[in-house]
Amino acid sequence: MVDLMNKTNNKETVNIKTPSPSMGPSIQAADKNSVFNTKNFNLWYGDHHALKDINLDIKENDVTAIIGPSGCGKSTYIKALNRMVELVPIVKTNGEINYRGRNILDASYEVEELRTRVGMVFQKPNPFPKSIYDNIAYGPRIHGIKNKKILDEIVEKSLRGAAIWDEVKDRLNQNAYGLSGGQQQRICIARCLAIEPDVILMDEPTSALDPISTLKVEELVQELKDNYSIIIVTHNMQQAARISDKTAFFLNGEVVEFDHTDKIFSTPKDQRTEDYISGRFG
Amino acid sequence: MKYIDDTVVMKRMKSRLTYNKIWKAVFLLATSLALLTLVILLVRIVSQGTGYLNLDFFNNFGSRFPEKAGVKAALIGSIYLMLIIAPVSMFLGVGTAIYLEEYAKKNKFTNFIQMNISNLAGVPSIVFGLLGLTIFVRMLFLGKSLLAAGFTMSLLILPVIIVASQEAIRSVPKEQREASYGMGATKWQTITRVVLPAAIPGILTGTILALSRAVGETAPLVVLGIPVILQFLPDGLLSQFTTLPMQIYDWAKRPQEEFQFVASAGIIVLMILLVIMNSIAIFIRNKFQKRY
Repeated sequence: MVDLMNKTNNKETVNIKTPSPSMGPSIQAADKNSVFNTKNFNLWYGDHHALKDINLDIKENDVTAIIGPSGCGKSTYIKALNRMVELVPIVKTNGEINYRGRNILDASYEVEELRTRVGMVFQKPNPFPKSIYDNIAYGPRIHGIKNKKILDEIVEKSLRGAAIWDEVKDRLNQNAYGLSGGQQQRICIARCLAIEPDVILMDEPTSALDPISTLKVEELVQELKDNYSIIIVTHNMQQAARISDKTAFFLNGEVVEFDHTDKIFSTPKDQRTEDYISGRFG
Repeated sequence: MKYIDDTVVMKRMKSRLTYNKIWKAVFLLATSLALLTLVILLVRIVSQGTGYLNLDFFNNFGSRFPEKAGVKAALIGSIYLMLIIAPVSMFLGVGTAIYLEEYAKKNKFTNFIQMNISNLAGVPSIVFGLLGLTIFVRMLFLGKSLLAAGFTMSLLILPVIIVASQEAIRSVPKEQREASYGMGATKWQTITRVVLPAAIPGILTGTILALSRAVGETAPLVVLGIPVILQFLPDGLLSQFTTLPMQIYDWAKRPQEEFQFVASAGIIVLMILLVIMNSIAIFIRNKFQKRY
């Protein structure tokens, strides 16, 4: 019975997350601008209702972690933020996802424009079978930059930004496939930085990496948050606790709880969140 | 309680191993028979044909006299024909494959088209000859020209090229496309910069193999009414021409025994041409195939 009470209580807390003055002391981030404000967002794969009435307000220069068990919709949600989810033909959506005040689900919003501002790093490192240089220069080139000198600068800046410059600076013309998995993933992060995005979406970026590479990527995320807003989906709760400012807990396509990471991991409001983070399921 | 009894296992062991050996022998026999036939054929052709295979053979046109007969017109005709088929069939085939794989929605209609393309690959070549005769030779007044034959042959191998190109395009991992779209690339940019560079080796391999089929094809040309013997080289797209298989066909049906040897020499030339083309295909596949 107590469980049930908690659940109903929590629904309300979630709904409060949309801008509202009565937020209480737990969320003092109201001064930060919102990057992704999701309102009553629903998503279906055919008949399967994968995301139900999502309300989340994600602030700039935060690392926002999205956690939850497999199949809870966390990857689907992050892919909805740059509309990659539309590559699956049977997807239907309604509601709003406002990126810097504009609803990206509007028919007039060009996905190419959105994805230029909202970069993505994928679960499996997916460099192109080209040289390291061409991998990083891919984004700038598709946006029309041809000047070799500018490209050189972008490549160096992006590789430095992804903390991999020193490891690859002498072999920029070698195929990116010759690198280790962890290096490949940082190349993919550098490739994402090269389009100078505003937000970086990371879909379980370390799930295919060994612990040392994982550590490097995590450190990188910490460095990047000064200049970018980062939304990271992770299977790994310790990772969320280590690197994120805010955490959203997804379960069965719903947001159960969204709060400061230390709150979520120390005093979760919802029983299900507590069960999940204490390892009772998932 | 054991279900498997050791003594029974040992008793059955011998017969199981014997069966194993028998079936191995059966499959080996099947392979050997096929190989043997091929070897006999090759030995016969090479032993008959090499005597006629000299520089004059490449320099002479067709003739009533076996010792004066040569493959010049036929060899040049075959090469010219290839030069028409390759760009036409590649443009149409790769274009169709890209549309079906990257742009078209997957629904019943595209499934239906897909099924028909696969079926077209199995339509006898003589039917394509009749199609070419009706459309290119008669309706479009192209006559028995290089262009008419080139278009007909392009149609003939188009299904094969479409299917091969589709497979090559499909084998480019989804993650590669996602990486490109994720940086704001358009579909066209993704196709030209990510999908095609990775798919080109597969596409070229399929195209060259299809081309070598076209080079060896006779039936559609017979239907189009392509001449078997010519005393001149084609001088334009609308010029008359002949090809190696047509020339060989003509020599082989002549009564004089010497022409059988000339035909063998022609077959050797055709086979060398095909081996070269297939080697190029294998080379491209091994050299440029991308591994993920």
